[in-house]
Amino acid sequence: MAIFLNKDSKVIVQGMTGATGMKHTKLMLADGTNIVGGVNPRKAGTSVDIDGTEIPVFGTVAEAIEKTGANVSVLFVPPAFSKAAVVEAIDAEIPLAVVITEGIAVHDSAAFYAYAVSKGNKTRIIGPNCPGLITPGQSNAGIIPGDITKPGRIGLVSKSGTLTYQMMYELRDIGFSSAVGIGGDPVIGTTHIDALAAFEADPDTDLIVMIGEIGGDAEERAADFIAKNVTKPVVGYVAGFTAPEGKTMGHAGAIVSGSSGTAAAKKEALEAAGVKVGKTPTETAKLARELLAG
Amino acid sequence: MDLFEYQARDLFAKHDVPVLAGEVIDTPEAARAATERLGGKSVVKAQVKVGGRGKAGGVKLAATPDEAVARATDILGMDIKGHTVHKVMIAETAPEIVEEYYVSYLLDRTNRTFLAMASVQGGVEIEVVAEENPEALAKVPVDANEGVSIEKAREIVAQAKFPAEVAEQVAEILVTLWDTFIKEDALLVEVNPLAKVASGKVIALDGKVSLDENAEFRQPEHEALEDKDSANPLEAAAKAKNLNYVKLDGEVGIIGNGAGLVMSTLDVVAYAGEAHGGVKPANFLDIGGGASAAVMANGLEIILGDPDVKSVFVNVFGGITACDEVANGIVQALQLLADKGEEVTKPLVVRLDGNNAELGRKILSDANHPLVQRVDTMDGAADKAAELAAAK
Repeated sequence: MAIFLNKDSKVIVQGMTGATGMKHTKLMLADGTNIVGGVNPRKAGTSVDIDGTEIPVFGTVAEAIEKTGANVSVLFVPPAFSKAAVVEAIDAEIPLAVVITEGIAVHDSAAFYAYAVSKGNKTRIIGPNCPGLITPGQSNAGIIPGDITKPGRIGLVSKSGTLTYQMMYELRDIGFSSAVGIGGDPVIGTTHIDALAAFEADPDTDLIVMIGEIGGDAEERAADFIAKNVTKPVVGYVAGFTAPEGKTMGHAGAIVSGSSGTAAAKKEALEAAGVKVGKTPTETAKLARELLAG
Repeated sequence: MDLFEYQARDLFAKHDVPVLAGEVIDTPEAARAATERLGGKSVVKAQVKVGGRGKAGGVKLAATPDEAVARATDILGMDIKGHTVHKVMIAETAPEIVEEYYVSYLLDRTNRTFLAMASVQGGVEIEVVAEENPEALAKVPVDANEGVSIEKAREIVAQAKFPAEVAEQVAEILVTLWDTFIKEDALLVEVNPLAKVASGKVIALDGKVSLDENAEFRQPEHEALEDKDSANPLEAAAKAKNLNYVKLDGEVGIIGNGAGLVMSTLDVVAYAGEAHGGVKPANFLDIGGGASAAVMANGLEIILGDPDVKSVFVNVFGGITACDEVANGIVQALQLLADKGEEVTKPLVVRLDGNNAELGRKILSDANHPLVQRVDTMDGAADKAAELAAAK
């Protein structure tokens, strides 16, 4: 099972022929991902040999879907061209578009998110500014290192890439059903709540780890959702207790504005919803371990 | 990036939002000519990125050019809530104000859309209106792809119950303000007060604009709006090297890879510091996933150049870039600094975990740098770095 991505996923890569796209297409293939094509209008009709696997390049997402039955697109498209690329994926009605690109202007991400909604939400967007998602042992759509953990029964959703890796590594002996990096931008396509709902429904997930950080109120709303809808145990971690007000901490969305978006408020909301919140990533992993041991 | 009032005024003017004349100056003497250009009287307004400057004495009327010089002398250099006034705007005096309104556009993160806010109760902090009299603040979602047409603007005006005699004027202003919001890639455009003056005309008297730094690729002129005068010198140096750095007020220098991990590192160091005399993190520095030797050297250079830093904690999780590469990066970075004649005198605590962690740790051990200590867990390394900072 797992969520959003599994061994049957047919993945295309928009921006595959660029340096970053090539590097990560190679790594995704090594993790067993079924990559069926790349998209680049200027190189349509050619193909790329990656470690002995011949990957065809299509002119458009629609053509790639028609020829291969692709149902996931991973985007490594530079910020200036990302909006057009995501809109193309939405128009082609691909079920899942994973936007890795960091540095997309908010007006662009707000526009492509609104566009996806106006088209009836046929395309789930993950990201932007995210590491993508992995279902260990089955498929990897993005840049999460595939070899730091193994398949297992923990579901992970996180705003942060490296904290995702840290947590997957800390709990590598138990393993993960899926790990989803939703990204640290102010406007993202898939939220903590979307992933929590999917993990709750996933028979292969026994426990959920949720990683948040300062900025916005996504964690507070997730806490509310957990209280009402999640029966599985949830362990949480929030980064940014020491972040000063008004300063962007690396991620475009990681900013405390006035009294809103603080880590303390998020931790409090999660704890009020019955979520055990760790003080450090290591303590969070320990809490997950204890809960799973019963 | 938050702008000064005068920069917001200029952007409003560029997009045809009605504003009063004004120019920015940074010496008292310049107030004379500026006031003369406005017909002999002016308002001298402190330019600070914080509210409440009026109450703090940062806005003064000047009836003559001489008085403008005197007021500018008073205000320049003034401290308003920790912000030093480096510039004042010499503005046209407002005609008699009859009513004060509020309008803004902003990003609504919760609903992942844009939002128009409008109220006929302007001139006060809008948070106060939202708190005490929420029905007086209209909030109208704006679809990013549809924008604000004159029809949409009239809908906003109707919801906020603007008086009939100004409704069409305000609607037209809402369209031009939307232009400002979209064409400048703003995260916030706010006019407060939007004033109706005795002649019946509606004018933007004061405003706030915040711009999206991710849009700089298509907004080349925004770079000139950066406030270089009040930038922290370490932050400015880091920015020049393309590093994601924020200066904080503690003693433990922090370098890590990935924004989330670095934020987490700051917290873990602050907790550990509680047991070591309350030492705290000195900075946020994310060197990104790649963590190459050159970037590591740039980062170390900034952090070691901070006189507040007593110890350094390098916290790296090896993912795609495995720990052996990162360890080589650290060794090479120290060598690069030595080659440049920059003596490293502060202790470094390095924690490497993740892919090829054993190999990375061995590289550090073999290099045997006298100031580098390896601690293999994040919590343990934070404790060691805090202890070393407290001991200095």
